[in-house]
Amino acid sequence: MELDFSGITPSLPGLWNGMVMTLRLMAMGVAGGIILGTILALMRLSHSKLMSRIASTYVDYFRSIPLLLVITWFYLAVPFALRWITGEDTPIGAFTSCVVAFMMFEAAYFCEIVRAGVQAIPKGQMSAAQALGMRYDQTMRLIILPQAFRKMTPLLLQQSIILFQDTSLVYTVGLVDFLNASRSSGDIIGRANEFLIVAGLVYFTISFATSLLVKRLQKRFAV
Amino acid sequence: MNYNWDWGVFFKSTGVGHETYLDWFISGLGWTIAIAIVAWIIALLLGSVLGVMRTVPNRIVSSIASLYVEVFRNVPLLVQLFIWYFLVPDLLPEHLQQWYKQDLNPTTSAYLSVVVCLGLFTAARVCEQVRTGIQALPLGQESAARAMGFKLPQIYWNVLLPQAYRVIIPPLTTEFLAVFKNSSVASLIGLMELLAQTKQTAEFTASLFEAFTLATLIYFILNMGLMHLMRRIEKKVAVPGLISIGGK
Repeated sequence: MELDFSGITPSLPGLWNGMVMTLRLMAMGVAGGIILGTILALMRLSHSKLMSRIASTYVDYFRSIPLLLVITWFYLAVPFALRWITGEDTPIGAFTSCVVAFMMFEAAYFCEIVRAGVQAIPKGQMSAAQALGMRYDQTMRLIILPQAFRKMTPLLLQQSIILFQDTSLVYTVGLVDFLNASRSSGDIIGRANEFLIVAGLVYFTISFATSLLVKRLQKRFAV
Repeated sequence: MNYNWDWGVFFKSTGVGHETYLDWFISGLGWTIAIAIVAWIIALLLGSVLGVMRTVPNRIVSSIASLYVEVFRNVPLLVQLFIWYFLVPDLLPEHLQQWYKQDLNPTTSAYLSVVVCLGLFTAARVCEQVRTGIQALPLGQESAARAMGFKLPQIYWNVLLPQAYRVIIPPLTTEFLAVFKNSSVASLIGLMELLAQTKQTAEFTASLFEAFTLATLIYFILNMGLMHLMRRIEKKVAVPGLISIGGK
């Protein structure tokens, strides 16, 4: 097999658009995942048995099924569900359904990270805040969470790198992310192998460089 | 709400031979298990070798292992699968290529690709766990073995590894369960495992929600069942005096 990489340059704009899609998916998944994950973590840590039960069921559920199943499922089911709710056909694209899938799936993983982060904060912080007359929500918002997030940053970034790689699964619903852009550009000119190699190298470079950065951060944030 | 739930759908005939949709799910589950078990065996063997390599007092050997880990951890699973399925066969010698692309039936070649891919992918993760397990052991273990005149291979085989494995059962369980979940990517190269059968059932019957609910349930039960099994094993073989690590 001979390799010919000359077809890559003309396809760069297409590949770039794919990368933008990948990064958008990741950014929205991470943002939504952290918000929902934090809410779930607070539910898990709350004194209400029911709340913590709901949150832990959610986490167990999403952690035991494959992400690919969630993506496929949402792609097919979200339009249905919307029709129940709104009563009319609301066409939503593959992009929206994938973003929702990533947010809900990643929330389960982020929940565990946030929970561990909150539990790692010394108990005295909570008592001191309460002694100063702060309410539970104030304590969480002003004292506990800011410290916990600082400690969790490396883990949150690590999970984001995992999601960066996992966004390639949107291939299954035909969304044109970086991997799909590489595959279709390669197929058109009959150079699928070369494009696959380049895609692998790009993913590797980005994830590897980012994880080195995370390692350095981890050292700096170490308490 | 105008969706008609119909749980009887699984007992209906698919129109293909005498199969019901439930038969499709069962055969899909069979493939999922067949992929996961074989890939896990590869991952465990290779991952242990790599994990040992990372801890031996030899720079070159340990950097080879860490290079492996970095490469296989930083490329998405799906890209790796495409490499094994589309690219690697093209690199094989002529007669092997012929055999892989034409003589094998498509299911077998897809199965081989996915098992190798998932095995090597998971090996990188197992390697890290084995390394952590070995490094978590008290230093005195190795020193004592050395003082008794054990050679390096004996130290690993008789002293370090048997303890390390018992310590890392929880994180290994996580990886083991991940293999089952990750095996679903096989559906993207046309292997009819659980997810692919679910999609096919949904398309054939329009009973979208029933099909995906059943698939979710199967994955959930599989996961919970295996987790409980591993917890029992973990308790049985726990090393006295050591707190098991990870535990996720």
